[in-house]
Amino acid sequence: MYQFVSGPLVWIAFAVFVGGMVYQFVTMLRLAQKDKVIYPYMSLKYSLRSLFHWIIPFASRNMRARYEVTIVTFIFHICLVLLPIFLLAHVAMFAFAWGAKWCVMSAGAANYMTLAVILACVFFLLRRVMLPEVQFVTYVSDYVLLAIAFAPFVTGFAANRQWFDYETTIIIHMICGSLMLIVIPFTRLSHMLFFPFTRAYMGSEFGAVRNARDW
Amino acid sequence: MGLPAIPIVSDLGLDETAKALNTEQIATVVNRILDQETAARFKVYLNTCVHCGLCSDACHWFLSNDRDPRFSPVGKVKQTLWEIIRKKGHVSPEFMKDCSRIAHTECNVCRRCSMYCPFGIDIAYLLLVVRRICHELGMVPQFLQDTVNSHSVTMNQMWVKQDEWIDTLQWQEEEAKGEIKTSRIPLDKEGADVFYSVIAPEPKILAQLIGNIAQIMAVAKVDWTMPSLDGWDNSNMAMYSGDFEIMGRVERAHYESALKLKSRRIVMGECGHAFRGAAYDGPKWLGWREPPIPLIHAVDFYHELLTTGRIKIAKKFETPVTVQEPCNIVRGRGLGQKLREIISMVCEDFRLPEPGLEHNYCCGAGGGTINCGPPWKTSRVKGNRVKAEQLAATKAHIIITPCHNCHSGIEDIISGYKLGMHVKFFSEILMEVMEVPDELKC
Repeated sequence: MYQFVSGPLVWIAFAVFVGGMVYQFVTMLRLAQKDKVIYPYMSLKYSLRSLFHWIIPFASRNMRARYEVTIVTFIFHICLVLLPIFLLAHVAMFAFAWGAKWCVMSAGAANYMTLAVILACVFFLLRRVMLPEVQFVTYVSDYVLLAIAFAPFVTGFAANRQWFDYETTIIIHMICGSLMLIVIPFTRLSHMLFFPFTRAYMGSEFGAVRNARDW
Repeated sequence: MGLPAIPIVSDLGLDETAKALNTEQIATVVNRILDQETAARFKVYLNTCVHCGLCSDACHWFLSNDRDPRFSPVGKVKQTLWEIIRKKGHVSPEFMKDCSRIAHTECNVCRRCSMYCPFGIDIAYLLLVVRRICHELGMVPQFLQDTVNSHSVTMNQMWVKQDEWIDTLQWQEEEAKGEIKTSRIPLDKEGADVFYSVIAPEPKILAQLIGNIAQIMAVAKVDWTMPSLDGWDNSNMAMYSGDFEIMGRVERAHYESALKLKSRRIVMGECGHAFRGAAYDGPKWLGWREPPIPLIHAVDFYHELLTTGRIKIAKKFETPVTVQEPCNIVRGRGLGQKLREIISMVCEDFRLPEPGLEHNYCCGAGGGTINCGPPWKTSRVKGNRVKAEQLAATKAHIIITPCHNCHSGIEDIISGYKLGMHVKFFSEILMEVMEVPDELKC
C-alpha cells in the first residue's frame, strides 16, 4: 500500500493536476476568443496594476475593511503553497526519486506553518457557518472543498507528531495530498489557476476601457 | 434562516408572461443563451467564485436591507444563475419571475461589487446574463419594456415624435434667445465641432435643460449641432432589459447620425447610463473596441470649457453642495476627479461624500431599475438607505449630479427619507454662476 501511494498514486495525481490545469488553461484561451471583448481589452499594464493591488495585503479597500479575512487568507495561501514545496520530507522524497534537490524549510517553521493552515481552515469554516451572507451561498461542496484542503495538512501534522500509527497516517496523508492535487483543476479550487486571469481582465477593463481603479 | 418575506409586487410584464411560459420553453432559451452567448468570462467567473461573500459589503441593497444575504451580489447570483445552471434551465415560470425581480429591480448593475471581489469577478455581468435570459423569455417589468418598445419604434426612449422633437428645440431656442441674444440650436449643421445629444426625457419633461445648453454654448462660442432626425437620443434602456439587439440599433443610430453630419466629436448631456451604452456596453456588443468618433460626457466638456476659460465664473454658488457621483461615469470612465474639480470651480462650499469616487454608492435608480416603474419604487427606496445616510452626513443643501437616473433616484431618496435636500444638474448651477458678457445679454 505504502509503495503504491508514495509511488504511482503521486505520479497519477501530478499528471492529473498538470494535465487538468493545461486543459483548463487551453479551454479558457479558446473560449476567450468566443468572448469577443477579452483579447482586444487585455492590457499588460493594467493587468499588472490590478494584480499588484490584489496580491499586496491591504492594498485594496475591501482588504482593509475586512482585515481579519485578509490576514488569514494571505497566511493560509502562502503556507499552503510553500509548505508542500519546501518541506524536508517532500524534498527528500523527490531527491530519492529524481536526485533533484532544492532548499528546505526548518522543522520549526514547517510546524508553525502547518498549524497556521489548520487554524485558517477552522476560521474559514466558522466564517461559513456564522456569517449569514456566507452561509446563504454555501453548498455542501464548499465544506467538502475546505475539507480537501484541510486534510493533507492535518494528516501531515499528525504523522509528524506520530499521534497515531505512523504508516497508516502517512498513507492517509499521501492519499489526501493526491486527492487535493487531482481535484484542483476540476473544482472551484481552480481559482489557483484562474485568479491572475480574472484579475487581469477586470484590471484591463477598468484601466484601459473605463479609466478607473479597481481596488 | 428566518428572513422576512419579500413583498409581492404585481407587475403585468412578469405576471402575464409567467402564465404563458412553461419549463421546457425556459430550458430551451436558457441553454441557447448559455451555449451561444456566453464564453470564457461566464465559465471562468462561475468556476472561480469560492462563495466567500466578500462582495456583500459593496452592495447598497445588502447594506440597506440590514445585511439580508438575499441582497448580496453573490446571493443574487445564487438565487438566479446557480439554480438555473444546477437545473440545466429546467426552472419554473415563477422562478423566472423571481429572477427578473432580482436582476432587473434589485440590482443596479453598478459594478461596485466587482471592486470588492478578490478575483475581480464581474458580478454585474452575470446578472446582465440573467436579464438577457429574462428578456428572451419576455420576462421584463412592464414599464421597462415600454421604454424598450419606444426605442424600437421611435429610436428614442419616451415616444417623442419627430415633430415634437423639432418643435421642442425651436421652443427652447426661443427661450434661450430671450436670455442670451446669440443662443441658437443649430440643426443638422455639417462639420460642427460638437454633436450634442441628449436623452429623451429632456425634450419630454425637462426641456429647459436644452435651453440651458443653448445658452452655455452661446456664451462659450461653441460650434455645435443637434440632429433633426433619429439618433438624437443617446439613452438606451434596451441595454438594461437584456434586449441587446435593440441596444445595438440605438447605439448605431446615434453614431451614424453624428458621422452623417461629419461632426468632430459627440458631447453627451448629463446622463450616466447613456454614456455607458455609448462608451462601452454598446460598442462591446457591436464589436468595436472604441467608438468610431470621439465621445465625451458633459462633465468632460464642462471641465474643458472651465479650464480653458471659455466659460468664466461671475460669482461662486454659495449654498453648501455635495455630489452624487454617477457609477457609469465615475466607476465607468474615471471622471470622478474632473467632476470634483468642476464643482470646486463653481461652488464655494463643496462637501465631499464618503465613500467617494469609484467607491461611491449607486443612486439606486441606475441600471434600468427606476425604469421598472412605480410598482418597484418602495423596494428601490428601501434598498438605498445607505445613500440617504451618506448624503445626510454631508449636511449639504444641494446635491449636484450629472446624471438623469441619479437625479430621479436621489429625489426619491430625499423624499423617502425626508432629507430636505435638493438635486441639481451641474448645468443648472453653471447657469446661475457663469459670467455672461454684456454684449450677449438681452
